[in-house]
Amino acid sequence: MASFWSYWVIVLTVVTIVGISWILFANRKREAQSSEKTTGHVYDEIEEYDNPLPAWWFYMFVITIVWGIGYLIIYPGMGNFAGVLGWTQIGQYEQQVAAADEKYRDLRDRYLALPVEEIAVDPAVRKMGMRMFANNCAQCHGADAKGAYGFPNLTDDDWIYGGDAATIKATLVNGRQAVMPAWGDVIGDKGIKDVTQYLLRLNGRDADVAQADAGETVFKTYCVACHGADGTGNQAMGAPNLTNGVWLYGGSEEQIAQTLRAGRNGVMPAFKDTLSEDKIHILTAYVYGLNEQ
Amino acid sequence: MKHDAVEKNIGLMIILIIVALSFGTLVELVPLIFGKQVNEPIAGLKPLPALELEGRDIYIREGCNTCHSQMIRPLRAETERYGHYSVAGEFVYNHPFLWGSKRTGPDLARVGKRYSDDWHRAHLYNPRDVVPESNMPGFPWLFDNEIDAERTPLKMTALRRVGVPYTDEDVSGASAAVAGKTEIEALVAYLQQLGTLLQSRR
Repeated sequence: MASFWSYWVIVLTVVTIVGISWILFANRKREAQSSEKTTGHVYDEIEEYDNPLPAWWFYMFVITIVWGIGYLIIYPGMGNFAGVLGWTQIGQYEQQVAAADEKYRDLRDRYLALPVEEIAVDPAVRKMGMRMFANNCAQCHGADAKGAYGFPNLTDDDWIYGGDAATIKATLVNGRQAVMPAWGDVIGDKGIKDVTQYLLRLNGRDADVAQADAGETVFKTYCVACHGADGTGNQAMGAPNLTNGVWLYGGSEEQIAQTLRAGRNGVMPAFKDTLSEDKIHILTAYVYGLNEQ
Repeated sequence: MKHDAVEKNIGLMIILIIVALSFGTLVELVPLIFGKQVNEPIAGLKPLPALELEGRDIYIREGCNTCHSQMIRPLRAETERYGHYSVAGEFVYNHPFLWGSKRTGPDLARVGKRYSDDWHRAHLYNPRDVVPESNMPGFPWLFDNEIDAERTPLKMTALRRVGVPYTDEDVSGASAAVAGKTEIEALVAYLQQLGTLLQSRR
C-alpha cells in the first residue's frame, strides 16, 4: 500500500475509535434519574423512562473497543503496520502447507521408492488413491472407475494404451490424445455400413454376410494399420481391440457406424503440471490395483 | 449534541447514518481501488478473445455463478483440491467478477484444461451421463443456439470503456471470430481457459 493510503487508513481508524468512544461516554448518564423523568414519548398512553444504558451493555461496548485496539496492535490493520505477530493470510497458508509436507514426507518417500506393483495392494495406498481418484479422475471415469460413454472403464482387463504400471503412469503424466479419423468421406456410406457389419461379425453378433464380406475388404485396406489384421488393436498406438465386445462409444450398430463416419478424438488430460510425482505414483498404483480386485 | 436532537430530526439522522457507514468503505474499499495489487494484471493475462467472452456471457446468463465459485482461498484443503489459490491480478479484466459466494458444485477458478472438451460437452448436455451422482441441471439448448455475432463488438467496446485493453483489431475481428459458432463452443472455450495462467503442482 502506498504510504498515503496507509496514513489514510490509520487516521480514519483512529478517528473512528475516538469518535465511538466519545459518543459512548458523552451519552452516559452517571446516576439513574428519578422514576418520574420520562423521555417525553407517549404512544397509546405508554411512556418510556429516560434511564441510562444498562451497565452490562455499556461495558460490552467498552470491551469491544478495547478488543479492537488490541486486535489492531497484534494483527495487521493499521495501514502498513504489520502487527506485532507479523501474521499474514498467505504466511499462515504457507505454514499449513509446510506442516503437511513435513508430516507426509516420510510416507511419500517410502511409497515413491517402492514399485507400483508392490504398493498397489497396500490398504493405505488404496485409501489415499481412492481419495485422489475421486477428486481428479472420477469426473470422467466415474467414482467406481467403471467409466462412462466416451471414458474408459478402468476396472476391466481391456486397456487401450496398456495396463502395465509404466504405461498407466505414462498415461497419467503425459495424457493421451486419441486419433480415430473420420472415414465417412473416404469409404462412403456403403463402406461405413459394410465395415459395421464386419465388426458385428468379428464380435460374433448377427451380421449380413454379403455386407460383412465387403466390409472385410475395406477393413483390410484402411483399418488394419492401427487395429491390426485381426482387429485386436495395438496398444502402442492406442488403437482399441475391436473383437472383445468392449465399446468406448457404444456398441450398437448406429453407434459403431457413427464412430466410423465421424471419427473419435478422446482426450486424457496430462497431470504432470498439476499433480506431484508422489501423488501420480500413488494414483498409478490405485488404478493398477483396480484390476486385481 | 443531544440524543434528542438526532432522534427528532430525520434528515440529520440520515446524514449521520451515512457518515457512520461510510467509514468502513473509506477504510476498507477506497485504498484498494487505488491499490497496485488489485489493478495490475498478472503476467500473461490478456482480455478474453471474442469466443471466450461470449462464453463468459453464457456462463452469466445460465447462472453458473450461483452454484460455482471462481475463487480458491489460500487454505491447504482448497489448494489441494483445486490448485494455486486465486490472486487479485487474475480478475483485473473481469466486469463483473464471478467469484460467487456458494459452492453447490465445485469451484471453477482453475477448471481450464482439467477435462477434455468432449467431457465438457457431454457434461453440459446431461451431467449424469458422466457423473451419475451429479445434481447439476443439463443445458441441452446450448448445442442448438448460435452466438449473435453482431453484439460481440459492442460488448468489447463496452468493456473497453471500463478499462479492458481490447485493441481496434480485437473489436473489428470479433464478429468474424464468433460467426456461426454455437453457444456450447463458446462456453467450453471459456471454461477451458479459466485459471490456466497460474499453475502449481499439488
